[in-house]
Amino acid sequence: MTSAALDVDSVRADFPILKQQVHGRPLVYLDSGASAQKPEVVIQAVSDYYQRDHSNVHRGVHTLSQRATAAYEAVREKVCTLLNAARTSEIIYVSGTTAAINLVAQTYGRANLSVGSEVLVTEMEHHANIVPWQIACELSGATLKVVPFHDNGVLDLDQYRTMLSDNTRIVAVTHISNTLGTINPMTEMIRLAHDVGAVVLVDGAQAVPHMTVDVQALDCDFYAFSAHKLYGPTGFGILYGKESLLEAMPPWQGGGDMIKQVRFAQTTYNDLPYKFEAGTPHIAGAVGLGAAIDYVSGHGLGQIAAHERALLDYAQAQASAVSGLQVFGTAPDKAAVLSFELDGIHAHDVGTVLDHEGVAVRAGHHCAMPVMEHFGVAATVRASFGMYNNYDDVDALFAGIARTKDLMSA
Amino acid sequence: MTDLRELYQDVILDHNRHPRNFRMPQCHNHKAQGVNPLCGDEVQIYLQLNEAGIIEDISFQGRGCAISTASASIMTETLKGRSVDEADTYFSAFHQLVTGEGGRAAAELDFSKLEVLGGVAAYPARVKCATLAWHTVQAALHQNNEKITTE
Repeated sequence: MTSAALDVDSVRADFPILKQQVHGRPLVYLDSGASAQKPEVVIQAVSDYYQRDHSNVHRGVHTLSQRATAAYEAVREKVCTLLNAARTSEIIYVSGTTAAINLVAQTYGRANLSVGSEVLVTEMEHHANIVPWQIACELSGATLKVVPFHDNGVLDLDQYRTMLSDNTRIVAVTHISNTLGTINPMTEMIRLAHDVGAVVLVDGAQAVPHMTVDVQALDCDFYAFSAHKLYGPTGFGILYGKESLLEAMPPWQGGGDMIKQVRFAQTTYNDLPYKFEAGTPHIAGAVGLGAAIDYVSGHGLGQIAAHERALLDYAQAQASAVSGLQVFGTAPDKAAVLSFELDGIHAHDVGTVLDHEGVAVRAGHHCAMPVMEHFGVAATVRASFGMYNNYDDVDALFAGIARTKDLMSA
Repeated sequence: MTDLRELYQDVILDHNRHPRNFRMPQCHNHKAQGVNPLCGDEVQIYLQLNEAGIIEDISFQGRGCAISTASASIMTETLKGRSVDEADTYFSAFHQLVTGEGGRAAAELDFSKLEVLGGVAAYPARVKCATLAWHTVQAALHQNNEKITTE
């Protein structure tokens, strides 16, 4: 790790996709919150894997199978280090954050929820951390409760304390809001949940690319993230879980690799982490994530976070000078996201005009409809930053916003 | 920016700022709600059909982008006074216009107002915005009180 500031020019040069024009303008990619772009080393690692090492994992004695298995399992060590987990048996490979949350809801949730018990989520959750719990509650008769946030996007901790009770079995909360950028006070929230005997699942999809995460320091019970938001491949992600909890949980999907012995009379399940990894996995996804972790760690998540915070401050200062622009989410503790609305101009129209300027942003409800409802809007525009964004990108965004206002008021 | 003005023509911007027939009607005998789950846009269409099957009144409510609002507004102007069969014909022709399929509208159709939405054909991501109100009218006329989505 280096302590020097992030060399953004050199980072940008590592991302081939950024070297293109869109509608005749240099691409300005401000949608990393939806999915981050991939550095050359990740693309190359995936390509090399398919060109040289591909085979199925855990299944063969031949050379390729051994190479594929070694490459695949080595990534578990990297993830373990990235999250500072205690052991690799706590690192479950899944297809993404959504799959991780559904796994916990369908296994831990269904084994531990019943009539009278409660699951707490927050008003700022992504749909992926709402709907799996609605399903688990519906199946078990448990009650889903929603912790509200203040108008500035800060979670209402007083309400949280009040809503926690002996009936609370699970708290499912996002580390960083994908729409508001709010960084939630996880350590305190987890301690409070543990005080009433609840376990905590943290949706880390937006946090892992933007800050150092230490699952042991947090003392969280489950932590989920997706490779594709961390500059890795789509279709791959991680569920971290405390070993004692994972051991006690029933398996989720049945199939090959998750068993020790199959008899029609009785099947014995495999040890952790394989108990939760049925079927041929996304091996190239793991390999790509490994390369992405090396890339990000080489630059330092602290340096990346500091750079993105500087960009966010720069963007928020410009935003405050634009008349008719309202920012949603102004929490002091905030990361990498600027959600806004232009008075009288729909987010989709803003998104189309910005696209013509080469600026890619997300326009819509960001899979967080309850957040939209909180503010009484149908949609917002969201600019989200990654390690490759620079001040010129922010300037291009605000030039595009000025053009949008000109055009739409013509 | 010149090609963007093909999409956001002055007529469209005017309909967006001052949508026609944007009101809750005194009475209606057909209605439907349309939503675009991708963006959260929604539109309610109200129709008053007489016994001869002529659309005596048509109005809408809801919220959406400039394209969907203007399209709904222009649609109400186009369909008022027309029969259900004519509305179906206009729907097909309009769909072809905004998806860039097919040639010019048949001569018997009055496309003078609708043609400003032809620029949408160059923006596949926005076709659903332009057709939301039209799909909703179809639902109102043929499957009364159904909630429809563009997905």
